[in-house]
Amino acid sequence: MDIGLGGPMGILAIFKKEMRVYFASPIAYAVFTIFLVISGFFFYTLLTYFSLISAQASMNPGLATGLNVTDGIVRPLFGNMSVILLFVMPLITMRLFAEERKQGTLELLLTYPVRDAEVLLGKFLAATAFSGLLLLTTALYPLLLALWSEPELYPILTGYLGLLLLAMAFISLGLLCSSLTENQIVAATLAFGALLLFWIIGWAAMLAEGDWALLFRYLSIVDHLASFTQGVIETKDLVYYLGVTSFFLFATLKSMEIRRWKG
Amino acid sequence: MIEVQGLTKVYGNKTAIDNLTFTVEQGEVVGFLGPNGAGKTTTMRVLSCFMPPSSGTAKVNGYDIHTQALEVRRRIGYLPEHNPLYTDFTVTQYLNFVGEAKGLSRLSRRQKVGEVIERCLLHDTREWIIGRLSKGYRQRVGLAQALLGDPPILILDEPTIGLDPKQIIEIRSLIQDMQGERTVILSTHILPEVSMVCQRVIIINGGRIVAVDTPESLTHRLQRSTQVRLHIEGPPDQITDRLREMAGVLRVETTDGAGALHRYLVETEKERDLRQELARVVCGSGWGLLELRPVDMSLEEVFIHLVTEEPDSVTVDR
Repeated sequence: MDIGLGGPMGILAIFKKEMRVYFASPIAYAVFTIFLVISGFFFYTLLTYFSLISAQASMNPGLATGLNVTDGIVRPLFGNMSVILLFVMPLITMRLFAEERKQGTLELLLTYPVRDAEVLLGKFLAATAFSGLLLLTTALYPLLLALWSEPELYPILTGYLGLLLLAMAFISLGLLCSSLTENQIVAATLAFGALLLFWIIGWAAMLAEGDWALLFRYLSIVDHLASFTQGVIETKDLVYYLGVTSFFLFATLKSMEIRRWKG
Repeated sequence: MIEVQGLTKVYGNKTAIDNLTFTVEQGEVVGFLGPNGAGKTTTMRVLSCFMPPSSGTAKVNGYDIHTQALEVRRRIGYLPEHNPLYTDFTVTQYLNFVGEAKGLSRLSRRQKVGEVIERCLLHDTREWIIGRLSKGYRQRVGLAQALLGDPPILILDEPTIGLDPKQIIEIRSLIQDMQGERTVILSTHILPEVSMVCQRVIIINGGRIVAVDTPESLTHRLQRSTQVRLHIEGPPDQITDRLREMAGVLRVETTDGAGALHRYLVETEKERDLRQELARVVCGSGWGLLELRPVDMSLEEVFIHLVTEEPDSVTVDR
């Protein structure tokens, strides 16, 4: 019998299947629409506000110091997009395990000659590719800016990298939540709650003192995006996002294992 | 070939299967028979490496389900109970995905997918969305998915459940075609199915094996009493009384009839053939004997016997 390559092929098979399911279901189109409409709205308001300030600055040169499109439009836009991601990522990850468990297809999938880790990575990479596409569609806004001004290229590139890393961390947490239940709504709610907690944990830093404050600030999932949008890739931020992602992927793998025992 | 040794699965404080031991030879079609909740699905899930057992072990083609799960899975085609499918896919897309997941190379995938589509009579619906297919066709897709990659062992959990009679016949004949070529374990709670497609039956109840045998000898072994059906012309009350008086007769029952013509069901002691005597008595009394034939106890009755009795009172064949 034909046994094939295993490993990478199993991941690829799951990846392709998940991508097909994404674009066969209305959720993908709803998420794309919402993401583009809201980020477009943010872009429009930021641009309008910026041109207003610029117009005033042309009459009052004192105002013009430190006024540039990168700080005035691109960076706030990335910040806003990270907020939209917080809302839509649970919708992208909620079905990955919950739906398959409910439909019973997971039972069949887990009896094919693929390892749990391959199933997990296939799903993770599909959700990452989907988010990558989502982010890519917003590249239109910096392109529009480039037509009439000269935004710095580097912060835009690192900003997108930061957003993708943020999305990966969100996805891994979403996958864990999806593996815990067979109800998609429950999965999305859990993921959203957990993400929000990770977001606002930074606020506790204001009240805490000393090392605790540092710890809370370090844990806050969105604080690590700041340096990326400034065009800087800091090792500690990179380590944070990759660390969080691997941790939750590992937890999901263990959750899959426990689920197998329970049947 | 499958060897199961002391397989036990416990969920919380409920024992789903309790110390199952049995062997299935190569090329055999074995029926797993039992009422709902007997542990059929659990056994199949363990054998297909969907979940590990609490204790005990099983070997599939010599590969251990604990330590060589991937090898086992490469050799098994599994059709779960409710035939879960990706309903957004077309038949071809779906089977292609299954081929990839089973690790078939691009070239052999095209060929094998074509083969199972032909085999499961799906050529007319190959481009259909699975969600739009009828239940019978979906079941064929489920079977095609299990057959893909030519696994030597098939595990089919209730393959004919919820189908209409015509579809049931189709699926059964697909399974019968595989006899000798593949080892098949199928579960069912429909008795005629077992005698139709299986060479051997494993009856389980309450998580334990109650009997393992061929459908024929199982019927034979469990006959406690022999039944004889009679069709007689004569006064029913007198006939009933006269038959009851005979030595060896346990029970006489009038099943149907009108006027002087009645059918009788006579239950006699096992190992005691009363047919000649019955004929002599009926004819000697001047009544008209129209019919006399022994009744072979159907598997259905065997089954009811089996599952309503204490496990210990039946000889367990292991």
